[in-house]
Amino acid sequence: MSILVDRNTKVICQGITGSAGAFHTAQCLAYGTKMVGGVTPGKGGQKSEHGLPIFDTVHEAVAATGANATLIFVPPTFAADAAMEASDAGIRLVVLITEGIPTLDMVKARKFLDDRGTKLIGPNCPGIISPGQCKIGIMPGYIHKPKSNGERAVGIISRSGTLTYEAVWQCTTRGIAQTTCVGIGGDPVKGLNFIELLQLFQDDPETEAVIMIGEIGGTDEENAARFIKDHVTKPVTAFIAGRTAPPGKRMGHAGAIISGGTGDAASKIAALKEAGIAVADSPASIGETLAKCLKR
Amino acid sequence: MRIHEYQARSLLTQAGVPVPASEVVTTIDDAASAYRKIGGQVVIKAQVFAGGRGKAGFVKLCNSENEVKAAAQFMLTNRMVSKQSGPDGIPVKKLLIASAVDIESEYYVGMVIDRSRNVPVMMVSREGGVEIEEVAARNPRAIVKEWLHPHLGLQPFQVAKLIKSLGFTDKTQMRDARIALLGIADIFLKYDCSLAEINPLVRTPDGRVMAIDAKMTFDDNALFRHKDIAAMFDPTEENPLEIRAKQHDLSYIALNGNIGCLVNGAGLAMSTMDIIKLHGGEPANFLDVGGSVTPENAVEAFRIILTDPKVKGILVNIFGGIAKCDVIAEALITAAKQIGFKVPVVVRLEGTNVEKARQMLKEADIKQLVTATELTDAAQKVCAAV
Repeated sequence: MSILVDRNTKVICQGITGSAGAFHTAQCLAYGTKMVGGVTPGKGGQKSEHGLPIFDTVHEAVAATGANATLIFVPPTFAADAAMEASDAGIRLVVLITEGIPTLDMVKARKFLDDRGTKLIGPNCPGIISPGQCKIGIMPGYIHKPKSNGERAVGIISRSGTLTYEAVWQCTTRGIAQTTCVGIGGDPVKGLNFIELLQLFQDDPETEAVIMIGEIGGTDEENAARFIKDHVTKPVTAFIAGRTAPPGKRMGHAGAIISGGTGDAASKIAALKEAGIAVADSPASIGETLAKCLKR
Repeated sequence: MRIHEYQARSLLTQAGVPVPASEVVTTIDDAASAYRKIGGQVVIKAQVFAGGRGKAGFVKLCNSENEVKAAAQFMLTNRMVSKQSGPDGIPVKKLLIASAVDIESEYYVGMVIDRSRNVPVMMVSREGGVEIEEVAARNPRAIVKEWLHPHLGLQPFQVAKLIKSLGFTDKTQMRDARIALLGIADIFLKYDCSLAEINPLVRTPDGRVMAIDAKMTFDDNALFRHKDIAAMFDPTEENPLEIRAKQHDLSYIALNGNIGCLVNGAGLAMSTMDIIKLHGGEPANFLDVGGSVTPENAVEAFRIILTDPKVKGILVNIFGGIAKCDVIAEALITAAKQIGFKVPVVVRLEGTNVEKARQMLKEADIKQLVTATELTDAAQKVCAAV
């Protein structure tokens, strides 16, 4: 099993004719994702370089293809609008890859999507993958390991992109499969967060444990720690990036900033340990720490 | 992006919030003539971002033109050295000269994004004049909050609740406090702030309500639609290497150690700093080359790292996703030719096109290049090399 996306998920790409949209649509298709079309205003009626139908609006795309998920590569100025358009057209899952969207645009879009029951992943994220079934995002597919009979599998939730690949690779090389990996993104205002995804993994019978990768900034990890203590029975392994980050500096991600005495790695690690979660000391030992948890 | 106090005051004035009379000057003569206009007791404040101005003598109360001249002379000819400025200090180019007002009570008014609720939140407190973080830690109940509706903004009933919590009862004072709260909310939403605060908002013994000091920072991602705010950018206190990096789509932050880092992705870049520290080293920088890095920008990244004379070794850590390993390999080869590596460069590559990249590096046979198999190996090798 997997969460949120599987082999039946029908996906469109908004911004399919841009260079990133075209490249990653090809990559997702090659991975086996059911990509059913794309949206680029003004190019409706044409075919994409992959042979997929292009539509002017998401409404037309949904009506013609039955798509229920979207992968968005629209530039930051228009990205929040693209997410709202998708939600209004009935798309159930919006994966927003775009980096650099104004925070107040996301404040508005988030509410719009919530009101329509649309789930959002991102922005500023690598996307979501259920290995062997469906990849909606920009992660390299081959590093992931689908679950075969009798193998153990974990779910992964991360605020980072490449650090997630690191954790995935450490699992794969240890023979540990993944049910679903979700990059929730590095922005201050985003869609699905640790807590919602922890609940989904808790409810997924094939997910045996969860890896959560956090970083400095905000209090999402502290909130997740409390949630895990009360609601998650599966083992959770965590890593927090940014122990050496200086206060007041934005570490690449808009949300990765220690400000006003909150959001530093030490307090997050303390909260996680307090909730009984195994925290890896080194980014190189995430897989190892998880393997120990699985044995217990 | 942050702006200076005098710039924040001008935004408040535009929003109709009362502030004491003030002038911004850059010379001693102008300071004197500003004093002649304002008169009485004034406060002179050096316009720098680093905190600790008061202790360093860069905030001064003056009662005469001669005092003003002396203070201006001191501030404009000395560098301000404080805990936050670093040992070299910061040059002061602009001074704010403001009429000093008597204060009966001090309040805090501010707005930030509440990340756990995904909306802006307005916070007020009767304990103004000190850092709000300090109040939050010592007496969180002294801060009263109202969360904004994401589409409708701050509602009149919310403003009324906040004003009431601050204890205002006089009609005129309530009106002026309301103008201050609405002013902060308007500025925050209009200009895409990440922080807008008045601290302190004061009540004077003669019953006036006015803003004495203000602080505002802006969402970098939204500056494209606020050319007027973007024009306020003051690079004086920014690290020139950080500005240069930004021009090449690189995210670079200078640190104090001796191991340079070149990584793709912010999370992995932070973790790379962490693992260096874990193995006894000290990172010289944070550097995220980003996902769609070009070979040219990657070469520039090496130049920026090597500009820092403290750097005694470099760790390249790439997990190729959108960024491809062969692009980094190409940059390494070009950098070795164009810049030359005088310090050891430990390289750890994984992910997209890694085989091709390894082959390229093998053929190039760069002196000083050390390959690592995985992250721990890389960290140990670079820590041992410096």
